This record gives sequence, structure tokens and C-alpha cells, in this order.
Amino acid sequence: MHLEFRGIHKHFGAVHANDDVSFAVDAGTVHGLLGENGAGKSTLVKVLTGFISRDAGQILFNGEPVQIQTPVDGIRSGVGMLHQDPLDFPALTVLENFRAMVGGQWWRESDLKSLASQFNFDLDPHEQAGNLTVGERQQLEILRLLALGVRTLVLDEPTTGISAHQKHQLFAAMRTLAGQGKSVIFVSHKLEDVEEVCDHATVMRRGKVVGDTPVVKGDASLGARLVELMFGRELALPSKPATAKPDAGLRLTQVLLEDDRIALKVNGFEAARGEVIGLAGLEGSGQRLFILACAGVTPPSHGRVQVGAADLTHKPYRAYLDAGVCYIPADRLREGLVPGLTIQEHVALRHTDAGFFLDPAVMTRGAEAAIAEYKIRGTPTSLVERLSGGNQQRTQLALMPTDLKLILLEHPTRGLDIDSTIWIWKLLIDRCANGATIVFASSDLDEIVQYSDRVLVFSGGQVSAPISTQGLTADRLGEMIGGKF
Amino acid sequence: MKLKLDRAQLGAVGIALVLSALIILPTGQSPLTVFGTMISGAFGSWDLLARALTTLAPVLLCACGLAFTFSSGLYNLGVEGQVLAGAIGATMLVRALFPEGGNAAVSPVLIMVLGILAGAVGGMLWGLLAGLLHVYGKISEIFAGLGLNFVGQGLAIYLIFGPWKRAGVATMSGTALFDESVWLPVIGTTDLSPVALVLAGMVLIITLVVLRNTYFGLRLRAVGHSLRSSFTLGIPATQHLLSAFAICGAFAGVAGGLQALAVFHRLIPGISSNLGYLGLLVTMLANYNPVWLLPITFFFSALNIGSLKLPSELKVESSLAGVIQGLLVLAVLLGRGWSAKKSAK
Repeated sequence: MHLEFRGIHKHFGAVHANDDVSFAVDAGTVHGLLGENGAGKSTLVKVLTGFISRDAGQILFNGEPVQIQTPVDGIRSGVGMLHQDPLDFPALTVLENFRAMVGGQWWRESDLKSLASQFNFDLDPHEQAGNLTVGERQQLEILRLLALGVRTLVLDEPTTGISAHQKHQLFAAMRTLAGQGKSVIFVSHKLEDVEEVCDHATVMRRGKVVGDTPVVKGDASLGARLVELMFGRELALPSKPATAKPDAGLRLTQVLLEDDRIALKVNGFEAARGEVIGLAGLEGSGQRLFILACAGVTPPSHGRVQVGAADLTHKPYRAYLDAGVCYIPADRLREGLVPGLTIQEHVALRHTDAGFFLDPAVMTRGAEAAIAEYKIRGTPTSLVERLSGGNQQRTQLALMPTDLKLILLEHPTRGLDIDSTIWIWKLLIDRCANGATIVFASSDLDEIVQYSDRVLVFSGGQVSAPISTQGLTADRLGEMIGGKF
Repeated sequence: MKLKLDRAQLGAVGIALVLSALIILPTGQSPLTVFGTMISGAFGSWDLLARALTTLAPVLLCACGLAFTFSSGLYNLGVEGQVLAGAIGATMLVRALFPEGGNAAVSPVLIMVLGILAGAVGGMLWGLLAGLLHVYGKISEIFAGLGLNFVGQGLAIYLIFGPWKRAGVATMSGTALFDESVWLPVIGTTDLSPVALVLAGMVLIITLVVLRNTYFGLRLRAVGHSLRSSFTLGIPATQHLLSAFAICGAFAGVAGGLQALAVFHRLIPGISSNLGYLGLLVTMLANYNPVWLLPITFFFSALNIGSLKLPSELKVESSLAGVIQGLLVLAVLLGRGWSAKKSAK
């Protein structure tokens, strides 16, 4: 089915997630949709499949405009989406899942097996869905969507967390579907996957389509072109003054970081006191694991963590706090601040050796001092959830204890205006000058290059060696993020 | 800190009253007559008022305890079992120091004081058990509490029919009466114990002060609002959750001990008689604001006592009180949910 986007717009509050997006996908092709996180790819495919509604624009199937308001409309019009987290019922078996989700006929075991064999999927119909690997659950989901009569299949980052063999099977299935005349939209940030499986690629950045190119096998210049489109040509210049001291502030030895999606090995890493380390990479490549491990929130299962002179290996979070570690999460209201409490109550929560009774005068004075010093727009009795994002971030920073050895931040300036960003970094660099080591993750490459001394790049289950930001080019950084170390 | 009603809350109370009136209509009585009878049933005489106040003390104790668990984000449905565990604790102590047919080992006053303390300890242990199941066993505190309510009920019946059965007979009517010297003094011919009232008043003040004016109360509220953020800020969440369970259990246990020492003078299977659940309704209605606990408890107790007059005077079921209480809580919760949804848009 030929598919066309015409002038799609979508706003989320002040964010223009899709800005006049127009391009076409030919029937019988695999079409790559590339871009870094936050580029607007997911928004676009959710508009296509009816999970969110667009503000303006048209979607045309074979030249006819279609109305897709809900996921059911999407399926009826023949569009199906394979989500990053497959939609199934973990407590039911594969066959039961199939029967529950595909109406119209009573699916027998043999029906399911013959459908699966078309794509060389080896699913056990009697296995519980909850016991399947991510790759197998994807296979179940693809079969389900095909059984529902889908003619356009959207796959959202399907190669994350599946084995090489499953990826191979998946790509073969995508090619088979394209061969049957169906259109396949492959959303990804992995260059090598796009080069391997796609016929055509559209690149998005900051909500806009920035490029559209056929994918020809063996085109040596393609990778570089795509990277340039994804990340832009120019990077900001490093502008951080040198604050690094000769001695170590943070040392990791043989550390293993893992969750249910990735496992990362950091053999040896050392950051000096006063140094700023930027963690670059597409979101979900392990930067958060790295930060949580250094913060002591989820201590690594193996390996040693040292902050300054203190060995914090296998110590509880409290010991990290006592050693002068401070973690500033990206999700301010869910992980950093307590909604329902005021600024002055937060200030009081940080009083460690206070007595039994709260002293309202001390609380108010503490909060007033924080508000004045950190220029928070609010009063001591403002509830934190009523503050703007920037002021919430200022409040988080105001709550940092004075004597810190290690500060860990996720997206420290996300959603903030340029003045706040500059001001916050000035404050953080003052902390470095006083000997604190800073490790921060950001999806803004400009921020990484501007404020870091050295950068770690996370990609495809690996961590690069630390690279100095002096002389680091956009091309090199982009390539590494794309998986070419 | 003020007793302030917003429009949504007033509306909810109005809706609850209208719905109650609609439920009364099919009985053939005018809702106004029924409400009037209930008011005179609760405030018609000093005796009736005393009865209302008798219910007030244990419910207020439970409601105060629940203010701690609610503040820390927990639905402690085990409060009913914690009342029972308090009654068992108090009975155990009285039986140990003043055996049936024997003599008091220490002065009766001391036995009463220790009895109330034993009630607090019994309730606290039962509350902590629910807390441990929740924190370390990863069981929802709702099911841990409800499950322990049944276990407590079974334990009480076992004690009444087994080790603590009356000489010669074992009966559902409970253990043998305590010696009259260890009955808590009451006013006149009523069951109203001034000691119980004073204790409940003290606990209310402690609750108000601790939740509003101490670091402990603040941290408890932080844990209740966001477990994850409080962890990031370095608050030992487990410790605070367990404390909340222990405090709630202890207060409910005092209520249970008072029921045994001042009202029934023995352990009976139904000694908690839904006081804990009534406390839950009170605290839910008060919505984190402990200032509201006293007026709501008083209102609910008056409803309970006032409704007892309904069957004899108007041939209307006295369970109407429970219906009104339930409707009120539902209406207020709905109103709260509705305004939260509205402000989220």
C-alpha cells in the first residue's frame, strides 16, 4: 500500500514534536525512519497508527485521505504497529494470546504453525508469553498483526534487546512482507540496521524531515551522510574552563552494569576531581545504568566503585550520600522532588542532624535563602509540582548538600531556556572548581561538547574509552553514537 | 490547618444527604423525620450522648493511628485485627496478673495501666507483622492487613474456646469476666470511661503535633507522597513505613485494650466490632488533615448511636447509619477524584 504524510503537525505543550512532516512510502518497500531520540519519529508513527491525534495535516493511502483517530481505526485501515514493548498477555500461552487478540475465526494450533512457518518463526504455541524472549514476543506480535490483515507494518526500534539470530529472522520477515507488496516502516536510530534492511530512508531532526535518500547497498558515503543529517554539521565549541585536579574523584574497576535489556562492562574508568564527564549516546544505551551505579541507587552486581578515598563497593545508598555523592534525576517530580510538599519542606528534608521538632522560622529562612541564591520563582510555601520545569530543576540544585565529591545528573538542562542553562552550568562548574567530579548524561550533543572535559559514548551495548572534547568533531561523535567505534 | 470546606466537599456532603434521603423514602417515612429521630437518638439525653462518646474514644484512636499510615501512603486495612490484638494483649496481661478465681498479684490500678500498655504492645506487634509482610514480603499492605484480621479472629476464638475458656463451659460469649476491681471506672450507669476519653484526646494531640510539626512527620509524608523521591533525598523509607505500621497498631491496640477493660470486661470474639473499619472511613474522609478527625469521629459516633432508635420508633433499620457513612465517604472521594481530574486537564 502506498502511503503518504502531508504536512503533519503535532504539538505537546510548547514542544513542536512534528513540524510540517511530509514524505511518501512506496508499496513493497522497507522504509527507514531515522533520527536521534526526541526527533519526532515515535510521534509520527503514533499519529499514523491512531495512538495520538494530529493537530494538522493529512495521511493518504493509495492517494485517498484516511481518518485514523484510534488504534482500532488504524487496524481497520490496514496499519499495524509493533511497539518497543510488545502488547501481549504474559499470563496466556502463545496460542491463547492469538485467539484472544485475533477475532474472526477460531485459531487452531496448525493454523498458527503454518502462518509462523511462512516467516521461519519457531514459536511454541503452548509456551506462556511471559516466558518468551523479546524477539519471540515480537514474532508473536507480527503474526498477530498480519492475521488482522495489516498492509502497512510499523516497527518501532525493533532491534533493541533481541539476539543476532532473531534480528536476522526479523529482517528476513520484513523483506518477505515487502516482497508481498506490503509497506514496512522501520523506525530506528541504528545506522547499520537501516543500511542493511531498508530501500529508502527518511531522516528527522527536531520534529522536521531533514533528508530523504534511497539506500543503495555498498554506497560507502551513505553512513556519513545519514549521520550528518541526524546530528547536524556544526557542534558548539568546548567552553569549559579547566578545573580538573591531579587526583582521582571517581574510580570504577571491572564494573558490570546490567538490566533486562542491556549488559555493559566497564573494565576501568577514572575521573579526576574537578573533572566533568559527559555521557553521550542514544537514550537507553546504558547511560542511566552508569549514573545509577555511580550514585549507589542500583549498585553494580560486580566490580568496585570508589569515590575519592572511600571504597563504596556493595555499600548501601546511604553510604554513598555520606561519602558526598549527589544524584539529580531527570524525572524531577517522580524521582527527585516530592510532589505535595513545599519548597521549605524539601529544605527541611535535607536537614540531617536536626532535632525532633520542625522550626518553621528556620525552614522559611532556609527556603528564602535557597530561593534567593538559586533564583527560584516561587515562595517557601509553593508546592514543587506547581513550579515550572526550570524552577523545579533550580530547586533540585538548591537541595544539593554543600560538600560534594561526586555529582551525577541526567539531562540537567532538558526543557530549560538558554539563560537557565548557562546559569546552571556556571553553578556546576563552580562546584568542580571546589573539587567535585561531575558525571552527566545528555541527549544534547552541544551540551556534552560544551561542558565536558571528556566524553564516554554509549552505543550497542558498549562504552567507548573516554575521549577529550578538545578536537572532537561532530562527524566522529555521530559515528560513534551510530555504533561505529 | 483550618477547618475549611471547599465547594466540592460541601457539594459531596449534599449529594450524600440527598442519596440517603432517597434510600429512606421507600420505607414510607419522611427523611426529615428519620434525620430528626437520629439527632434526638444521639443527643436526646445525657445518657445517649454518653453512649455516643463511648464509641468516639476507640474510633478516634484508630483514626489517629490510620492518619500515620495514610500519611505514609499505606492503606492499613489490618486496623481491625490490630484492635483485636490489643484486646487479646490486655486480656492476657489481666489474666496473668489476676488469674480467674485467684488474687491480684499487684494493685488493680497498676493492672489496668499495664493492661492498656499490653493492648498497645499487642496491636503494635500485629501492625508490625503486617508491615514486615508488606515491606519484606512484597505483599500489598491491604491483603496483609485483611489476612491478619482473619488470623486474629481465629486466634481470639481459639483462646476463648481453648486456653482461656470459662470454667466448665466454653461459649461464644467470651472469656470469664475480669474481677470488678480491674474494670476501668465509668461515668454513672453508662459505659463511658473518662480514662478512654482522655487517652483518645491525648493521642489526637500527639498525632496532630507529630504529623504537622516534627521532622518524623514530614519524612513520613514525603515517603507517602513519593517513595522514589524520598529515597533519592536519603530518607530511610523502610524504617518510616514500619514505624507507621507500629504506631497505627499501637493506637488501635490501645482502643482494643480499652474495649476489653472498660466496656466488655472480658475478651469476646467480636470485640473490635468494626471500630477499626469505622476509623478507616473517618480518616479517608479527613484526607490527610488530622484536624478533621475529631469532628468526623464525633459525627459518625452520633450517627451510630442515634440510629439505634430508628427500629423502635419508626420501624427503620438501624444499619441506615452505616449506609449514610458509606455514602458520605464515597461522595467525598468521588468529589476529590473529580476535582483532581479537572485540575489535571
